[in-house]
Amino acid sequence: MQGDAPVVIPGVDGSNLVPSVVALDPMPADGGRPTVTVGNSARKTLIESPERVIYSVKRLMGRGLEEIQDELKLFPFRLADDVEAGEVPRIQLGELRFTPPEISAYILRQLKRNAERFFGAPVTQAVITVPAYFNDAQRQATKDAGRMAGLEVLRLVNEPTAAALAYGLDRANVGTIAVYDFGGGTFDISILKLRDGIFEVQSTNGDTHLGGDDIDNLLLTIALDEIYAEHGVDLRLHPGAVQALRKAAIEAKIRLSSEQFASFDIELPNGDRYQREIPRGVFELLIEPVLARTAAPCKQALTDAGITADQVDEVVLVGGSTRIPAVRSLVDDLFRLAARGKKPHTELNPDEVVALGAAVQADILAGASKSTEEMLLLDVTPLSLGIEALGGTVARIIQRNSTIPASATEHFTTGVDGQTNVAIHVVQGERELAADCRSLARFDLKGIPPMTAGLPRIEVRFLIDADGILQVSAREQRSGLAAEIEVKPTYGLTDEQVETMILDSFDHAEEDFAKRLLIEARNEAESILSKVGGVRTNPAWGQLTGEEQSAIQAAVTHLASVNQGDDMSAIREATLALDKATGRLAELMMDAAVSTALRGKTMTAAGEQLEEAVTAPHAMAPAEFK
Amino acid sequence: MLKVIDSAVPVACWSCSVAHNDVTLFCPHCSKIQPPPGGDYFSVFGLEERLDLDLAALEHEFHRLSRKVHPDRFARSGDNERQWSLADTALLNDAYRTLKDPLHRTEYLLKLRGAEIGEEHSGKDRKDPSRVPADLLEEVFELNMQLEEMRTAHKMGEEDPDLQASLEQAKRKFDGLEQEVDQDLRKQWQLWDNGDAAARKAAEKTMVALLDRRRYLSNLVRDVTETLGAE
Repeated sequence: MQGDAPVVIPGVDGSNLVPSVVALDPMPADGGRPTVTVGNSARKTLIESPERVIYSVKRLMGRGLEEIQDELKLFPFRLADDVEAGEVPRIQLGELRFTPPEISAYILRQLKRNAERFFGAPVTQAVITVPAYFNDAQRQATKDAGRMAGLEVLRLVNEPTAAALAYGLDRANVGTIAVYDFGGGTFDISILKLRDGIFEVQSTNGDTHLGGDDIDNLLLTIALDEIYAEHGVDLRLHPGAVQALRKAAIEAKIRLSSEQFASFDIELPNGDRYQREIPRGVFELLIEPVLARTAAPCKQALTDAGITADQVDEVVLVGGSTRIPAVRSLVDDLFRLAARGKKPHTELNPDEVVALGAAVQADILAGASKSTEEMLLLDVTPLSLGIEALGGTVARIIQRNSTIPASATEHFTTGVDGQTNVAIHVVQGERELAADCRSLARFDLKGIPPMTAGLPRIEVRFLIDADGILQVSAREQRSGLAAEIEVKPTYGLTDEQVETMILDSFDHAEEDFAKRLLIEARNEAESILSKVGGVRTNPAWGQLTGEEQSAIQAAVTHLASVNQGDDMSAIREATLALDKATGRLAELMMDAAVSTALRGKTMTAAGEQLEEAVTAPHAMAPAEFK
Repeated sequence: MLKVIDSAVPVACWSCSVAHNDVTLFCPHCSKIQPPPGGDYFSVFGLEERLDLDLAALEHEFHRLSRKVHPDRFARSGDNERQWSLADTALLNDAYRTLKDPLHRTEYLLKLRGAEIGEEHSGKDRKDPSRVPADLLEEVFELNMQLEEMRTAHKMGEEDPDLQASLEQAKRKFDGLEQEVDQDLRKQWQLWDNGDAAARKAAEKTMVALLDRRRYLSNLVRDVTETLGAE
């Protein structure tokens, strides 16, 4: 938060987005553990050695082996060959294997580091957003990932709700909002009622396996089939080429949001070229079935909220896929916007709005700021919670769209004399039969005092907490003994497993953290010093006034001297000062090199745009150092 | 069901140990949040047991209490406070969810008064002919036949406009019957809220029967809607 407004922290590469691409770097020659690269820099590896890269891991979070078969067909995910049914699937990346929460933890750790860089202080707590329609296991897996990354997860916030928070800061105070969140891998719709700072979710619905990825795969499949038919080349046998084609498909998709045509031009391994033009009309016909899958959840959410489309005051669009014009016209139809003289809200960047909302929620949790003091988010559980009853039917104990935290108490007894344990099967979903719902966990109530059948009265309390995660407690009422509960999550890691997967423990130690920051600061200082040293031969140097030259010289001398010491903030301040002092020099160099369009940039920016060796290290907004 | 604690019995505050009556969310002495208070859902909102509620006032009170007890307000507090905030908010949400819905509220109050009410969520006995309200026996029999025909037609991919129209008419009729029940219930609310012990007893008996009928009708309407909706 900067003042009252949340801001997005950019990464080392200056970009506000860290794509969820994770690459395993080559094995070091000494046989040590290879490092992991995250984000834009991992993208390169996707084409060079796709077997070392994974993306869209969100689709695999909290899911069992049998559930991810469809994903495996469409994505270049390679399961480790020794995974057994009932286990958390592991993904083969090069020589190593990772569970989805571990992959996710690498992404979170990158974000944590970006934030630490920005603040110049350790970051230990986080608010993490999840698709609203995530079930218990998917939420738990996300929380596990946070723990592995060395973060205490203060709250899981549903993405559409977070978006509403981001918009709500400066918006009118009463009304009904629909948030249509169509992202890369998931679709959510949430209906909220806003009143005096209280954001009360009325209903939510969605599909955790529907998103931009599906559109990419559609284009990809068509291209692959055409290439096979026209050129006799089965590109599927060349994973690197498939990824290059996927990249082209994504670019075509993006272009079609602003233009009427996009084209493929790909060189095939046999030297042929695959060239193909796609008019927007054809693209829209193609993706229509994918987009149509968002309509039913919207209608259900309206029904569950007990309102009609006409009663929705405002619609907020979230997620990159809402840039597609066909998506916008579908939303317009669903909520009769144009007919009512309304427009959806798109003022905030659809890729960033969720993160901005998470920052608002973090501010609420911190209780530190006036601007969020009056705000409170009341969210709901997206799926009904039930227990398997006799005959495999489901007895619903907490209905979907109940405000969380929510609880229910059920009583159980024994069926046989002297029975000391009772098994309970908890499921999540809307179907009548337990077999059709998602198995959440099996509980074994143990330690029931031996009594005549039917006499024990075991009270089990189910509580869905503010993160949407189930907690269970039980007590035998006649003896007053708390029954021991053994939870076997159907899909998920045990606490012990999570413990062993915690990424490099040094992230926790303050001392090591300070050391790391110091090393980083020194590297940055040395890098700018060597670059400034080199530019003195540049003709632009001669164009500087004597004063400017000596100012740079003084900044260089100062930086070189503090860089001998251990004062991290002094080094970073001096680095910043030098970067500032070289501002006009950078400008002059650019004037000489390229058009005047780049005027006004510092050395850092100029270097990036010129792709010269003049990059200053801190391509991000400067933090305040103490 | 909620634990029943005699509110005349003082309970010691977990934090400052000063005794207080167990009906408060916050210790009157040290202001720390307390474990879920005893009493029923009505008492959560400081209300007497009654059926005709001012829903706007209820919502307002729900929001006011949410601001005070919600876990978001205790994110930086100790384990005890976090635990009680979670438990209190769950109670508050459960209470609001139950009381704001007219049918759930009626059912809840009747249960508090010791009435035996069919389990809504079991769903398994709704085909049981003995549960069909006597005056509807004939129509329900007819309707079930038509529903069966309609499902068969759907399966065969056939359309039967006459059958469709007749089912739609049946749906309207049962919708109307549901509304009648709702009106009857409201009348009973008045009798209960304003009556003496004997009047209340009588109203309770009537409401149990009305709720049974209401549940039966809404299951029926749901079946018809589902069958009509399935293409």
